[in-house]
This record gives sequence, structure tokens and C-alpha cells, in this order.
Amino acid sequence: MKKLTADGQKRGKRMQQLPFHLMLIPGLLVVLIYNYAPMFGLVMAFQDFRPARGFFRSEWVGLKHFERFFQYPGIEKIVFNTVYIAVFKLILGLVVPVLFALFLHMIKNKLLSGFIQTVTCLPYFLSWVILGGIFVNILSPSNGVVNQIIQLFGGEPLYFLGDNSLFPWTMIITDVWKNFGYGSIIYLAAMSNIDPELYDAAKVDGAGKIKQIFHVTLPGILPMVFVMGVLSLGGILNAGFDQIFNLYNPQVYESGDILDTFIYRLGIDNAQYSFSAAVGLMKSLIGLVMILIGYKLADKYGDYRVF
Amino acid sequence: MKRMYKNISLFSVINGTVLLLLALSCLLPILNVLAISFSDRGAVASGKVGFWPVDFTLAAYEYVLKDVAFFKSMLVSFARILVGPVLNLLLTILCAYPLSKPDSRFRARKIYVWIFYFTTLFGGGMIPTYIIVSKTGLIDSFWSMILPGAVPVGYVIMMMNFFRNLPRELEEAAWVDGATQWQILWKIYIPLSKASIATISLFCLINHWNSWFDGMLYFNNTEGQPMATYLHNLVVNTSLDAMKSTDFETLQQLSQLSTQTTQAAQLFLAMLPILVIYPFMRKYFAQGVVMGSVKG
Repeated sequence: MKKLTADGQKRGKRMQQLPFHLMLIPGLLVVLIYNYAPMFGLVMAFQDFRPARGFFRSEWVGLKHFERFFQYPGIEKIVFNTVYIAVFKLILGLVVPVLFALFLHMIKNKLLSGFIQTVTCLPYFLSWVILGGIFVNILSPSNGVVNQIIQLFGGEPLYFLGDNSLFPWTMIITDVWKNFGYGSIIYLAAMSNIDPELYDAAKVDGAGKIKQIFHVTLPGILPMVFVMGVLSLGGILNAGFDQIFNLYNPQVYESGDILDTFIYRLGIDNAQYSFSAAVGLMKSLIGLVMILIGYKLADKYGDYRVF
Repeated sequence: MKRMYKNISLFSVINGTVLLLLALSCLLPILNVLAISFSDRGAVASGKVGFWPVDFTLAAYEYVLKDVAFFKSMLVSFARILVGPVLNLLLTILCAYPLSKPDSRFRARKIYVWIFYFTTLFGGGMIPTYIIVSKTGLIDSFWSMILPGAVPVGYVIMMMNFFRNLPRELEEAAWVDGATQWQILWKIYIPLSKASIATISLFCLINHWNSWFDGMLYFNNTEGQPMATYLHNLVVNTSLDAMKSTDFETLQQLSQLSTQTTQAAQLFLAMLPILVIYPFMRKYFAQGVVMGSVKG
């Protein structure tokens, strides 16, 4: 140990740390200005912020905006919508990719499984603006393909984006559809790391395909499923702004208005900057707590660290 | 024995068919848009168009390519994917390299890592960020879409984890030869990380191409907005028009009047760059996922 430090001091001049600091300066500046300054700017949640007066001279009002949030008419509905959509997205967003990976893993034809994987990953890379445009088209009650098919089987056209009983699940299903292919990659990678001898041993013990799944494949990927599950906890209040903002309309506010769209409308459409920032602060704090819980669980039981 | 073989193959056939249908569900919406964009307006409005054009015409594309606003937004988007990812990559590498050093070699490392990492856990939110962007004079500026997100912290951590797994001996040998840290980064680390750099570049490129919210938030008028924002305005307006009435007949009329075919053409043009680079990405995106999960 002593020898190492001595070596380090000898080489000290060349190993100095100044270049490391220099390399970090540009990135650090960007992060301080555009990530940390806005965090400081959250003081506006405790003010009646006026742009002309800035953060330093706006009037302090304590917790007024937070109190207002809890008394805001219809706020329970918005919180409910947010949690409802987010929770089902989290659950199905975990289960569907795992199931898909399990079944895809059983396809032995490499060409076929490669094709399926390539195609199912594609929607992940398309934005909700483009997919929103596509869904408005194909879900249209008058001439959309989906309703054409429903009518072909004698059903009534469904108003997927305009009916409050259908809108939340339209959001959940299209979101799961967008992400399941890409989400399955990590499980497929975990499956390819399973020792083939385990399968051979299972076969010797007389285990069929189904038994092999339950006794070899599933236990092999379970740690990864656990880690992905707890890491997604931070998204408990993220119902998907990009998606809903591109697909909702006043007719489905009752079932589709979520915290993020509410924050946007307050801040941008109604210019209630402080109130909007206060709601955003509460949402971020809950998200932060959930992420930390998730990381703690992933570290303790899943042996996973981010860095 | 023979019977068991038969069972397995029946299962494989069903499994393959179901998964293939699932795959088609990802492809058909795109084909539908493509078919609509090449079809006659009337045929689209009456709901005749499925996955193949009806009464093939290029009218929608002719119309779209003459649309100056759309064309301008396309130029903005191309400028954005030239400038944005380059800056992302430069800052990612410059940050990831020092952060990949062991604590003993770079004493302040832990503090820096936490400064960067904390931004992924907590943020100021939309309004405070808007105010800072505005105070730094970026409203209505091209740079409002480049600077605020110039350091993609998630990719910095990915790159950092990758650098940490490179053999230390290479670097030590270079010191002995008297190389500076800048030379080690440029001549040893970067050439060894080509695949990771390619992965991150492609992800940054797609993120920049797809981003629409900053283009909407930080611009007071449509001049200077990227194509994704242009399309957002378009999609929201058409869907709003269609949703304002529940009356079926009015809807039918509206969709006949609306420019569904031109919108489809614009959507397809917006997808095209992603569809073009997508086949080349295939070998990288798996790496992107796996790289993100590498432990330090």
C-alpha cells in the first residue's frame, strides 16, 4: 500500500487531476445553468411570482399554492387519473415484455425471431407526435381502420379518443404496444446468458417445454424482472405527458387529464406560474422518494447499482 | 415419442403465428399511413383505404412539398440533428472520461458524479426551466433546443461505465510513454469505444429528431420550430376539430374536408429518416440496453 502511494507521488506531475476538472467544465456549466438554476427557481412555488420582479423581488406567500392545490375543484379526479393510468402502464409494461420475451425465446428459427424482434422494436423509436397522428387516423370512428374492422364483425364504431370510458385504456394499451418490443430486449439478453447445461439437465429430468420455462428460464430472468420492476417505481406519477398531450381533448379531460397536463395548462395557458411550479414540485418530490425506494430495493435484493 | 414431436411443432406453429401477428400490429399502422398518403382523398374519407393505396396518386406529396412552412420546419429539424447530437456526444465523452477514473486517481470524482446524477432524480420542472431558458436569452432561438439538454446524463453514466470496464493497463502504458490525459482519451479510449459512441450518437440523433415539446414551449411563433413541433400542432388541431362534435354526420363531413391525405404524407416524411437508419441501428440498440445495465 505504502509503495503504491509513493509510486503515485513520483508520477504525480503527469497524473495530476487538473485535466479532469477542465474536461468537466463545459458539461458542468450546462448542468448548473439548465438543471440546477431551475431547481433554485422552485422558490417561486412559495411566492406570487411575477416575471418582471424575478425570483428575488416577488412576494413570499408561504404554502398558499400548496393549500390551494388540495382545495382545487376536481383535483382528486386528476390525481386518480394519473395514478390509474401510470400504475396500469407500469404493471403491463413489466408483464407484457417478459411474456413476449419468453415466447420469442422459444422460436428456434433465427430469421423469424430476428424479424419479429426488429419489427416490434420499431414503435419505440417513433415519437408520440407521429404515433399520435397515426392513432387519430386508425382509431377514427368514421373511417379509421380499427372501426372498419369492428363494423365488419357487426359491432358499433367505438370512440376510442373521445369516450371517457375508453380513453384511459386506449392510452395504456397503445403505450404498452409502443414499448413492449424494446422492453423485451433486456430479458432476451438475460435469457441468452442462462447456462445451456441447465436446460439439458432439465431435459434429462424429464421436464417438457413448459416445465423448462418455469424451472429454468423464468428463475434465470427473475432478478432482472425484479430490478426493472422496482426501478420503474419512480414513474408512479408519470402517466405519459407526451402521449396524452398529443391525443387528449377537452371531451376526455374527465378521464384523461393528468398532473403533467394540468401543470402545463396552469403554467402556460393560464399563466399561474407559482401554482404550476408548486404542483410540479410536489410531483417531483414524490417521484424522487419513489425512485430512491426503488434503487434501495434494487441494490438490496437485486444486487443492482446504477454506478 | 412421435406424438410428443407433433405436439411441440403444433405449439411452435401457434406461437410463431401469434408473435408474427403481434409484429404485424407494429407494422400495419405504418403501412396504413403510407397507403392513405398515396390514396385519393375521397377513397380515404369513405374509409376504403386499408393497407394498400386506393386510386393511387402523388397529390398529397406534391401539395406537402410545396408547403413552405413544412419545408422550413424540416430544414430546422435537419440543422438540429446535425448540431445537437455532435454537442451531446462531445459533452458525454468529456464528462464520462474523468468520471470513469477511480476515486484514488481523481479525488473530486464522487462529488461530480453526484452533481450529474442528481439531475436524473429531481428537476425544477417546466415553469422554472422555462424562466431560466428565457433569462439566458434563448426564447425563439435555435439554441433553446440544443443547450438545455446538451448533457444527456443517462448516456454519460452509460459511457462512464463502459470506460471503466476498459483494461487499465493500456492507459498506464501510455503514461509511461508520457502521454497527456487528452491524448489518452483521444488516442486510446475513443478508438476502443467506437461501438458505444455509435450507439449513443444514434440515440441522441433520434431523440433530437423526435423532440417537439421544447420547440413548442420555447418558441412564440411557428417560425423556427422543428418538424416534430409542426406536426404536433397539426395533429392536435385536426384531432380537436374531429372531437368537437360527437355528431356522426358532422364528423363525416369534417373528415372529407380535412386534409387527411396530406397529413398522412407529412407523418410518413417525418418517419422516413428513422425508418432509413433503423435497419443500421438494429445491432446497436440491444447494446444500448445492455450497456445501460452494466454495473460499475
